[in-house]
Amino acid sequence: MAFNSIAEMLKKSEETGLPLWTVIFEDDLEDTRMAPEASLEKMKQTYDAMKETYGMYDPNRLSNSGLVGVDGEKMVQAVREGKNCSGEFMGMVMANALKMAEANACMRRIVAAPTAGSCGVLPAVFCTYEEHFKEKEDKMLEAMYVAAGIGSVIASRAFVSGAAGGCQAEIGSASAMAAAGLTYIRGGSNEAVAHSAAMALVNLLGLVCDPVAGLVEVPCVKRNVIGAVNAISASDMAMAGITSRIPPDEVIDAMREVGISLPSQLRETGEGGLAATPTGIRIKKEIFK
Amino acid sequence: MSLFDIIGPIMVGPSSSHTAGAARIGYMTRQIMGEDIVEAQIDLYGSFLATGKGHGTDKALVAGLLGMKPDDYRIPYSFEHARKKGMKFAFGEAFIRDAHPNTVVITATGVSGRVRTIEAASIGGGSIRVIKIDDMEANFTGDYPTLLIRNQDKPGMVLKIVSKMNEFNINIANLVLSKDMKNKGTAITVIECDDAVPFAMVDEIRSWEEIGRVLYLYNEDMVISEETQKRLDEYNERKYRELKEKRGN
Repeated sequence: MAFNSIAEMLKKSEETGLPLWTVIFEDDLEDTRMAPEASLEKMKQTYDAMKETYGMYDPNRLSNSGLVGVDGEKMVQAVREGKNCSGEFMGMVMANALKMAEANACMRRIVAAPTAGSCGVLPAVFCTYEEHFKEKEDKMLEAMYVAAGIGSVIASRAFVSGAAGGCQAEIGSASAMAAAGLTYIRGGSNEAVAHSAAMALVNLLGLVCDPVAGLVEVPCVKRNVIGAVNAISASDMAMAGITSRIPPDEVIDAMREVGISLPSQLRETGEGGLAATPTGIRIKKEIFK
Repeated sequence: MSLFDIIGPIMVGPSSSHTAGAARIGYMTRQIMGEDIVEAQIDLYGSFLATGKGHGTDKALVAGLLGMKPDDYRIPYSFEHARKKGMKFAFGEAFIRDAHPNTVVITATGVSGRVRTIEAASIGGGSIRVIKIDDMEANFTGDYPTLLIRNQDKPGMVLKIVSKMNEFNINIANLVLSKDMKNKGTAITVIECDDAVPFAMVDEIRSWEEIGRVLYLYNEDMVISEETQKRLDEYNERKYRELKEKRGN
């Protein structure tokens, strides 16, 4: 059976002495009856698909509505010219989050992680880290399992769609997954992995889903940036020995509570928040006239 | 739920329900037709109608009808591909009641001239549900190997089909039986299976006189279980022996 709590997952790793990624990997094999090689191959294909999208990014391509598509390249330029104050790594994480989310809006092939709207977070953290810090690919694939494991607990205890729980459920979950994976790559303990995920989720709790004109563009593209940056800060905190005062599983339950209490206007209906601003309404009218 | 439902699917954006699900519906329609499609009238309902264009729902549906899967990078250019392949298509509004907000009704004409109307909904995360095929209530997801059987509406039919499946050790995930309102005296049996079923079994069911039509829908990820393969080998051997004896006479 799939894990219903992060505590259970950690306990299994402790009891068996197996690394966290192996525990998640083996549990999934049991669940899906997939062959081990098939699972590893599929995870590699999935990770490769993320990198492939970066290679295909076209800064001249706009989304169907024309609202997004050019910001990733702007950020890359700024980093190249040393104009950003957050350093090269963080700058490229931001650029890559924008690029992937824009690729999604522009009908490129992406990997939903956990959703299409939040597809920029995980690759922005993972692919940028691998390149910048020259990490081994095997380690990256192990981190993919760790991220997916954390994500599946969130999906089973709460939800991962904006329609169900607001943006906190999409970008929040993606951020928690990325934080966990990153902490794992950096050699953090299982506790640190879990707490980095918890802190990432805590810091995005309450984020609403308010897409202008109902499209996965504004504010979704830029929210992928906060998801990625937040994942890195949560991982840095965890690696510094900082923990979440509220345990990881309780944080997930809180995310669920908050999501349920969000009015429907703030859950992907495009009727509240930014979508309901005068400009948001005007844009919608222009697109669907 | 698999880990690849969390990190995945690999799909063309921007929306799992409005783009990936739409492509899957088109693809499923192509599979149900069992042949290339030359013309399609695509009628949208609810959220598909209201915001579909912004999500590329139209392009994704056409792509699927051309046989493209949700991760096919040609999806944004599907209209051009349709023109090149000579597939005509038109969009309209579907007038249906109490349907899922992401529903589409596709009336497709195959190269053979056969026309079918398929109603399907994109139910979230890229998953779909086929609601109706012509006037038959279908109600399946396509996540499992699926048998659609039109059979005579008389006692013992389901037992007969299920016994045959048991012979091949096929475990049933879901089974729905309903009367076919348009064709009196016939029923439609929809069976979702845990594992792929052998073509030999499908062919045998198809050959029964009580059976009108059998559609078997599957994809290449769905494989035959070890036990089923063993039973299939035995079945083939038996058939071969029977054939030899017949010839001997």
